[in-house]
Amino acid sequence: MGSFLLRRLWTMCWTLALVSALIFWIVNLPPGDVLTNQINQLRASGEASSVARAEFLMQEYALDEPLWKQYLIWVGAWPGPHGFSGILQGDLGWSFELDAPVDEVVGEAIWMTIALNFFVILFVYAVALPIGAIAAVKANTWIDYTATFVGYIGLATPNFLLALILYHKGAQWFGLPVGGLMGKEFADQPMSLAKLQDIMVHMIVPIIVIGTSGMAAMVRRLRANLLDELGKPYVTTAQAKGVGSVRTVVKYPLRMALNPFVADIGNLLPSLVSGSVLVSLVMGLQTIGPILLSALRSQDYFLSGFILLFVSILTLVGMLVSDILLAVLDPRIRFSGRKR
Amino acid sequence: MTPPPTDAASDPRDDPRRDPDAHWISDEPYDAEADLQTLERKDLDASTTVLIWRRFRQNKLAVISGLYLLVIYLALPFVGFFAPYHPGDRNADAIYSPPQEIDFLVGGHLVVTYPMVSSIDMDTFQPVFESDYDDPRPVRFLTRCSDPWTFLYLFETDFRLICPPEGASLHLLGADRLGRDIHSRIMHGAQLSLTVGLIGVFISFAIGMVLGGFAGYFGGWLDAAVQRSIEIIRSLPELPIWLALSAAIPANWGPVSVFFMISIILGLLDWPGLARAVRSKFLALREEDYVRAAELMGASTPRIVGAHMMPNFMSHLVASATLSIPSMILGETALSLLGLGLRPPAVSWGLMLNDALDLTAVEIYPWLLAPMIPVIMVVLAFNFLGDGLRDALDPYS
Repeated sequence: MGSFLLRRLWTMCWTLALVSALIFWIVNLPPGDVLTNQINQLRASGEASSVARAEFLMQEYALDEPLWKQYLIWVGAWPGPHGFSGILQGDLGWSFELDAPVDEVVGEAIWMTIALNFFVILFVYAVALPIGAIAAVKANTWIDYTATFVGYIGLATPNFLLALILYHKGAQWFGLPVGGLMGKEFADQPMSLAKLQDIMVHMIVPIIVIGTSGMAAMVRRLRANLLDELGKPYVTTAQAKGVGSVRTVVKYPLRMALNPFVADIGNLLPSLVSGSVLVSLVMGLQTIGPILLSALRSQDYFLSGFILLFVSILTLVGMLVSDILLAVLDPRIRFSGRKR
Repeated sequence: MTPPPTDAASDPRDDPRRDPDAHWISDEPYDAEADLQTLERKDLDASTTVLIWRRFRQNKLAVISGLYLLVIYLALPFVGFFAPYHPGDRNADAIYSPPQEIDFLVGGHLVVTYPMVSSIDMDTFQPVFESDYDDPRPVRFLTRCSDPWTFLYLFETDFRLICPPEGASLHLLGADRLGRDIHSRIMHGAQLSLTVGLIGVFISFAIGMVLGGFAGYFGGWLDAAVQRSIEIIRSLPELPIWLALSAAIPANWGPVSVFFMISIILGLLDWPGLARAVRSKFLALREEDYVRAAELMGASTPRIVGAHMMPNFMSHLVASATLSIPSMILGETALSLLGLGLRPPAVSWGLMLNDALDLTAVEIYPWLLAPMIPVIMVVLAFNFLGDGLRDALDPYS
């Protein structure tokens, strides 16, 4: 198990390195970011102090260096103007648009994103497990068809539409708050019990909306797995021996079918994170989604680069967790590491 | 089995000259190959293609979805003919007009509509539209009206299937904030929204086939490299990267180039799934006897791949490609919705929904959400079709 973990962590590290390079390249693709515009403006003004400032900015952000060196400085693997100070050292860079350090800009939003995605995952598992299991046991009955139908609709309806409708109906029928992750009065306050409660209430609709698409896929997968297991001889044996029907399902086949279900978090997390970015934009949640969009629009590349990197890290961690879970659940994977 | 005849003299088979050991021989015709030719299973009596088709046909939902998609894709070049308005036509009298009512067989006309009369509600200061039921107007068919539409960049015409009645409008699904007909815009928007997915899948298909094929057939470091890149691309969060890449499209590009860039972007992140499928198929098929046989007979690599291996996994790929089109259609919708995808004056479903992005729309102008319906229907149809294909692909199970 130890060697498996080490191997898996090593893979994750170099994947992360490559991903970060790719992200840095992508955010630097569009010509004319905020900083370059600023520098050009300063230069065009022709005043000595402005030109000097432009030179200073060039120096400060190593803009005269080739892109690969800029990347290494950003990561913190190459001495920049201030020595080694990059993401590895905890210096996330500077947001030119908002004129504030990146970690200040994204601070709370990151925790909100993590919290939101965590609850969404809980929700998905809590709802998908019983529905999937019942759909499989009652295969080809109206329960199954309803579950399948709802699943398909969840798959096909874009999240933002669901968000709008649920907000509308939620406010109309249950008096749920519309938009945002917390009431205005709590926005700048430290965490308190009242604030926590307010956030919880605000999260209900977003969790349902973001969770629905992942849930649909989950239900279908669990149903398929469980159906496969239910057809196996050991189930017949259990039935023939007179084991109760609930026990027959829960004790053996469900356990077997759970393996891929649990491990599916590796697929679930990326899609949830992606989905939550879009939904946050539409619903005005204070997660990193809206910050990312505005950073991309204004080509504030330290900010957008860091957010993309963060989302990728979430994704990679999700995959790592799923691999570890699978290895814990299924010894065959643990021991069949190298030989291929 | 009949017992041997007792009358020795009359039966030629007992003639010792014919069979010295006097064994009984059945006179039924004997075919040494018969065993090989009988089918193991009765239903497997045709080529794989026929079997797949037979299995697919049983899934009514998939067949209907397939037909539906076929019809709408074939109709795409002719949407100008079917839509009553040009997508850019503004009708200042119909701003935020709700869907108009129609009636059948009134006053000797096939279809009539009622002109909308607008007034301002002095309490809410919102325009209120009411149908003037005393003034039914016949909807015109197969005549000329509105701005001309262009058929495949070839020629322009203003000949249309449905035309609004003389002196009145025909907004079957209402009108948007500029008084443009939503029904016509949905039909025109289909052209971009539906082809984006198709082109994107084509690109992802091409990349996936080539890389997956090379990796699977040649193995070694090439395989390792492709597999690593698959892992990396799969670990990128799809939508944020789409956003980042679309943000990189220069703002001064024309709608057509933007459209192609968006398709390419959508395709660029989708290929790992396909490449993986191709690779594993290649790995499995490479060991098959018939591939070995072809190799020993001196067939060239392209021939082995093209003539022997491709037919075996093509159907699988088509099924998985079908299943990945919906995510691209939704992707385009999301990108355009956020203002990073297609840009006006292009018309797409995502762009139309951009107008409907707040609760006011849901509350007061719910018909602005109408483009949702075709999005959901097309996505569902692709899912049903893809599922049907996937289930039909293995007729031997």
